[in-house]
Amino acid sequence: MAKVLIVGEHDGKTLNAATHKCVTCAAGIAGAEIAILLLGADTAAVAAQAAAIQGVSRVLRVDRAENAHPLAATFAPQVAAAANGFTHLFGPSTSFGKDLMPRVAALLGVPQVSDLMAVDGAYRFRRPIYAGNAIVTVEADPSRLLVATVRVASFEAAAAGGSATIESRSLEVALPTHTRYVGARSGSTDRPDLQTAARVVSGGRALASAENFKILYDLADKIGAAVGASRAAVDAGYAPNEMQVGQTGKIIAPEVYIAFGISGAIQHLTGIKDARTIVAVNKDPEAPIFEVADVGLVGDLFQVVPEFARLTGK
Amino acid sequence: MNKIMVCIKRVVDYNVRVRVKPDGSGVMLDGVKMSVNPFDEIALEEALRIKERGSNAEVVAVSIGVADTQQQLRTALAMGADRAVLVQTDQPVEPLSAAQIFLALAKKENPDLILLGKQAIDDDANQTGQMLAALWERPQATYASKLAIEAGKATVTREVDAGLETIEVDLPAVVTVDLRLNEPRYVKLPDIMKAKKKPLDVITLDSLGIAAPVWLKAVKTEPPAQRQKGIMVKDTAELVDVLKKKGLI
Repeated sequence: MAKVLIVGEHDGKTLNAATHKCVTCAAGIAGAEIAILLLGADTAAVAAQAAAIQGVSRVLRVDRAENAHPLAATFAPQVAAAANGFTHLFGPSTSFGKDLMPRVAALLGVPQVSDLMAVDGAYRFRRPIYAGNAIVTVEADPSRLLVATVRVASFEAAAAGGSATIESRSLEVALPTHTRYVGARSGSTDRPDLQTAARVVSGGRALASAENFKILYDLADKIGAAVGASRAAVDAGYAPNEMQVGQTGKIIAPEVYIAFGISGAIQHLTGIKDARTIVAVNKDPEAPIFEVADVGLVGDLFQVVPEFARLTGK
Repeated sequence: MNKIMVCIKRVVDYNVRVRVKPDGSGVMLDGVKMSVNPFDEIALEEALRIKERGSNAEVVAVSIGVADTQQQLRTALAMGADRAVLVQTDQPVEPLSAAQIFLALAKKENPDLILLGKQAIDDDANQTGQMLAALWERPQATYASKLAIEAGKATVTREVDAGLETIEVDLPAVVTVDLRLNEPRYVKLPDIMKAKKKPLDVITLDSLGIAAPVWLKAVKTEPPAQRQKGIMVKDTAELVDVLKKKGLI
């Protein structure tokens, strides 16, 4: 029987919704018994949240001072030790999981399947390659621990209503001291999180400056949306890196994605193709984004955005 | 800083629209333009800048692949790498095996720093750097957008989901690079000529004693589900109307 251990992502206060999506992915394996592993300085609060996820039977807490920041070098030996006895080890395809999971896999001498988008069997999965231009079905050896990251945009978040047991674990693992956390700059705003927002407003290079992005922020605040950006806009310095959507940025699946002045390079489209509805506004009627947009408007974003905001005013 | 090793992968060029073979056995690669993985190009550029800032480190470009991978290593030499090593093999090499092979090279070369792209744009796996760091039992700093080296340490700013994070690692270390670390230089013709004279060693995978098995069997490859082209609206009022009717705003 499949026993899946999911490495939970959190900030000490809140369990990241990516974890709930990993649970849905794991539940796709018939008869899977699902546990969540939490590493941190104090995981009491997030453990309670993890225990409430439907389908989870156990939550394993590993609290120690060195786990205050999620450094892959520190976490990996602990995760590798905790995975003993499990058949599957999952983590989210977020910057946290992408950094950590391959290090764990290598410590255990096993390969990793990156970006699971569909479960066809306990050891058979689909994943995107070539910026999503192809989908490959891969089969792994059932005699080895299966390590994978889960493409969170491909799965709904598992619902609440569970009541898992919570166990504290102390792992006797020596931790390296060669990697140290220095600090972080987070673009925290009152807006919804880009990766989990139901509505996303996004801008491209056509915005032409960081100041001009303000019109998108204003519109986003009116409709309760997160704000994203194309790589071109981020490279040009109009928006910070955490707003980048696409192959090498964030892969998102909102209810509605509204793209202003984004032409629609394949690398960008791969980040939004799971959006329920894609809306595109672009001056160029030939822009490739119109090929995938559910609703398109050829027009000047500097007119459309303020008008849009006015017409939807709260 | 005496030596920097840069791992380079030969991949389908960034601008090629990749197509799936009708029989589902993979993607069409015949006659397709191949290039240095763009992230690895950024890694090499960073190594060259560290060298040029006065460390005078030797920059060694290494790769794994078919004989033609020498083309990409020649590009690396033309950009400014001092020498190159190709581990030649015709078999596909998955990230875990790539990490084992680079580990073998690291043990020979003893670099102070290994730089490589955060992912290759063909398999999009995003694994090799982290696996190499684990096997080498050294620090990793992934998704670097800023890198400062001093006194046996690297301070690395990383692009993470929440914004930017800074960590400090002892050298030697593995650093995987993100898009905004630098803009790689263009190769000039005289440099291409000079690169022809630089050393490029070719060794076989067998000589390293690494098997590089099929870890994950690719059963079939399919094109992605296509989105249907939707409707066009004439103005903002109609757009807002449509979205309201769909209950989206």
